[in-house]
Amino acid sequence: MDATERMMLSFTLNGRPVEVDVEPSDLLLDVLRNRLGLKGTKRSCDVEVCGACTVLMNGLPVSSCTTLAADADGQTVLTIEGVAQGGELDRVQRAFVEHAGMQCGFCTPGMVLATTALLNVNPKPDNAEIRHFLRGNICRCTGYIKILEAVKSLV
Amino acid sequence: MLPHRFQYHRPDNLEQVFELLDRYGDDVAPYAGGTELLLALKARVLRYEHLVDLKRVPGLKGVCESDGQIVIGALSSHFSLATDPIVKRLVPAYAALSDNIANIRVRVSGTIGGNLCFAEPHADPPAMLAALGASLTLRGRDGQRRVAMADFIEGEFTTVRGPAEVLTEVRIPAPAASARYAYCSFGHLERPAVGIAAGYCPERGTPHYRIWAGAIAGRPAQLRSVEDALEGVPPDKLGDVLAEAASAAAQELPAHDDLQGSADYKRHLAAVLTRRAVEQAAGLQPRRKAA
Ligand SMILES: Cc1cc2nc3c(=O)[nH]c(=O)nc-3n(C[C@@H](O)[C@@H](O)[C@H](O)COP(=O)(O)OP(=O)(O)OC[C@H]3O[C@@H](n4cnc5c(N)ncnc54)[C@H](O)[C@@H]3O)c2cc1C
Ligand code: FES
Ligand code: FES
Repeated sequence: MDATERMMLSFTLNGRPVEVDVEPSDLLLDVLRNRLGLKGTKRSCDVEVCGACTVLMNGLPVSSCTTLAADADGQTVLTIEGVAQGGELDRVQRAFVEHAGMQCGFCTPGMVLATTALLNVNPKPDNAEIRHFLRGNICRCTGYIKILEAVKSLV
Repeated sequence: MLPHRFQYHRPDNLEQVFELLDRYGDDVAPYAGGTELLLALKARVLRYEHLVDLKRVPGLKGVCESDGQIVIGALSSHFSLATDPIVKRLVPAYAALSDNIANIRVRVSGTIGGNLCFAEPHADPPAMLAALGASLTLRGRDGQRRVAMADFIEGEFTTVRGPAEVLTEVRIPAPAASARYAYCSFGHLERPAVGIAAGYCPERGTPHYRIWAGAIAGRPAQLRSVEDALEGVPPDKLGDVLAEAASAAAQELPAHDDLQGSADYKRHLAAVLTRRAVEQAAGLQPRRKAA
């Protein structure tokens, strides 16, 4: 593929095929929020530290604040909007609700997606493995205890 | 911040990569995981008119064994190396190191090639790969060359890689069955302030040690004085010899004050971590998971 002013991307977003034309320098986060209307993915630190912008690319977490939209071309992307099925919260979301694993909610989309990825790659993580995997998702409200309880309830 | 605009190229073979790097010279950068490059573009400390995405060039990812070497494609992510069966079996300490880099998202996107080529001093893999005696394959239009890991990084953000060369693979000689490696690092920020890689390599009953310090200086440094002091010393006799040699060597390291701590603090860390890494490699204490 050669350089183009704008590029047409096609990828699978939350289970459905999408097409969107972008600038090569557009970040995935901005395309999701501003072009595709998916505001659940948040920008916070903007430097790959906090995890508020987490989306799953082919099942694994990436920082959409520091990923080119072009990288999604041909891939499978899951955002928080794609987690619930048929209007029903999925089991990770339910666990966060049941264990009060959120307060302001700003980190929650990233926490839920990181947890989803963890359980995909390791369905029975022990406490140390949970903490290790979620270490890069920062929460300023809960103190993490409730979040860890929510995740542990899924193991 | 948003990056300034650039043109994006997604070649599907190395010939096209070389052609683009050649054509655009100073205006082009290879693009791998982007975990360093995009941050620098967003902060506008770097500027390129063209990015050449290496991720879809076939043959640059994955791990295989060949002629007693572990051959790692430069586009392999830290996450894939942390979970790779060959890496876990033959160089478990390098798998563990990969598993402790940054956070899960940086490990998933960030590649070993990008880590080495960026040569940010506060990095984990270089010291370990140097201790393991790894070599790097650089390919360009006119062919390929091998460079020892020990010679690849010249200083902060500088390597011997030519602007039109691509790092394609990292080769680690498979360690002898009796050899053991360990890596100990510490830092209060995202990246390591100091990291020490140690190898315990007994040969026909005689213990040899390999010890490299990373992150503390602009490039990884071999702690030869410690290696020499420990030559032939069995694990149960390391005690004072190791503590003294580690402290003396740490004092000589070219550290400087920065956000990660003062030079004195980092030399102190280097002495402590050297002791721990050597003891772990020699089997003296259970491997501890980094915090
Ligand atoms: C929050 C955070 C925490 C981090 N913590 C750690 C840590 O604990 N330990 C650690 O070691 N590192 C850490 N890093 C650094 C991390 O970015 C690197 O480890 C990562 O592997 C870089 O690879 P990349 O593929 O993203 O490189 P890119 O950003 O894509 O590229 C980096 C540079 O290398 C060049 N390049 C890339 N691949 C090649 C190639 N194959 N041939 C030639 N040139 C190439 C690019 O042109 C660019 O100049 C951290 C980074 C962040 C953002
Ligand atoms: S906004 Fe992307 S990691 Fe913080
Ligand atoms: S709930 Fe507020 S940041 Fe986590």
